[in-house]
Amino acid sequence: MSEVSAREQLSRLVASFMAYSAGHLPEDVKTRLAQMKQIENEGFAPDIYNVMEKNMQLADSLKRPSCQDTGIPQFFARVGSKWPYMDIIEDALIDAVKNATSNAPLRPNAVEVFEEKNTGNNIGTHSPWIDWEIVKDSDRLELYFYMAGGGCSLPGFSKVLMPLEGYEGIAKAVFDQMTTYGVNACPPCLVGIGIAGSSEVAAKLSKKALLRQVGSHNPNPKAAQMEKLIEDGLNFIGLGPGGFGGKLSVMGVNIEQASRHPATLAMGLSTACWAHRRAGIRINPDFTYDFFTHKGAVL
Amino acid sequence: MSTFEFKTPVSDEDIRKVHAGDVIYLTGDIVTGRDDVHHRVVVSDKMPPIELAGKAIFHAGPIMKKISAEGEPDKYKVISVGPTTSMRMEKAQAEFLAKTGVKIIIGKGGMGPKTTQGCIDNVAIHTIFPGGCAVVAAEEIVDCEGVEWLDLGMPEAMWKLKAERFGPLIVSIDSYGNNLIENNKIDFNTRKEQALADLKGKLNFMD
Repeated sequence: MSEVSAREQLSRLVASFMAYSAGHLPEDVKTRLAQMKQIENEGFAPDIYNVMEKNMQLADSLKRPSCQDTGIPQFFARVGSKWPYMDIIEDALIDAVKNATSNAPLRPNAVEVFEEKNTGNNIGTHSPWIDWEIVKDSDRLELYFYMAGGGCSLPGFSKVLMPLEGYEGIAKAVFDQMTTYGVNACPPCLVGIGIAGSSEVAAKLSKKALLRQVGSHNPNPKAAQMEKLIEDGLNFIGLGPGGFGGKLSVMGVNIEQASRHPATLAMGLSTACWAHRRAGIRINPDFTYDFFTHKGAVL
Repeated sequence: MSTFEFKTPVSDEDIRKVHAGDVIYLTGDIVTGRDDVHHRVVVSDKMPPIELAGKAIFHAGPIMKKISAEGEPDKYKVISVGPTTSMRMEKAQAEFLAKTGVKIIIGKGGMGPKTTQGCIDNVAIHTIFPGGCAVVAAEEIVDCEGVEWLDLGMPEAMWKLKAERFGPLIVSIDSYGNNLIENNKIDFNTRKEQALADLKGKLNFMD
């Protein structure tokens, strides 16, 4: 296969994958929202859950992006060390973003910093943003595409705590942010927390935490315990859907960690709105694929 | 809680009927405007090229599709248009209301004390359309009559939309100084203190 056709095949596949994921939430998110709708039976909450459900149905039947804010394009690529088309991935992803922006269509969101001009096609300086990981002994390309809107990106932050502020200091910072900015982030949100030795690692881990399924648990029992305690605490606060109040606040809390420096306890926070458009696909060298976040979807 | 059906132009009398927590369905003229429009009107002191008195300003950056053929006058269709975070406009909203005569603000999340005062002074309200429900909203828009300030880019331009029973719009700030979301935040913060107290000692992983 020539490189040109590999690039075209990959970009077409990724463009369809992006368009599909703009209009369809992954199964784990839909399941959790359906469970929450049953519990949220007072005040404005039932009406809001009804509109949310109607929106998911309309996005599917009309083939439209379910939210107008399709995010600043971001890929998380896990590339097998034996994937045969290393050279074309970046170009193919850029082609895919252009294609999906005009055909899905996605909202052109890339604004060039300092020039303060929207580029009109989602391509710009470091846009799409691509996060790379190498997976040894694999010949597949695993791609996550996540459309984070501005509303759910606003609560994001990272900072470095002094270790004696402890894990309670992390919980407090999360609670403070969720009762202020969280209200605007289209709750119920999925909350991603990163814990590490420096701010940029913690920030990145907090975003990666959002790529984990709703309802999954950190394999470290203490981390899983912290996820549960923060989730219960946030739910006790009762933001409800849209910040109108209710019995619950969040779809879940996911924590990811890296070793820290003895003198620093860095934390990062990222939130995903209820319309959590997380999509993952594994692509084989012959371009057959497994769209694993959206089982049964045909691209 | 009461439900109202309003048509633009909305009058001061209409606005005085509604209170925080009421629900409105709006028919008529809705114009999108967010960060850059508010900046241009309030900071750069340029008046919008659209008459906004009695109309609704929608904090939204839509996905629009050009449907006119080459050589025809531009015609657009709304693909997806949900509310954006209103709080970003807090700094400029009150002055924007005074300059334009807008009666209804549509967005998501709450707005702060400056806007609350602006709603009292200008007899206006802030309302919330359920966030993330952009296809429902698009289906309640029956026409796009045009666009101004497209140099700001698709999300930031002023799109002139015609709506039919647009809602539910939950009134979050009324013209009497009531602010639903700010009141909710007081409760959230009280419960937050309790939740933090409950965590004491449970996250002590350091020996």
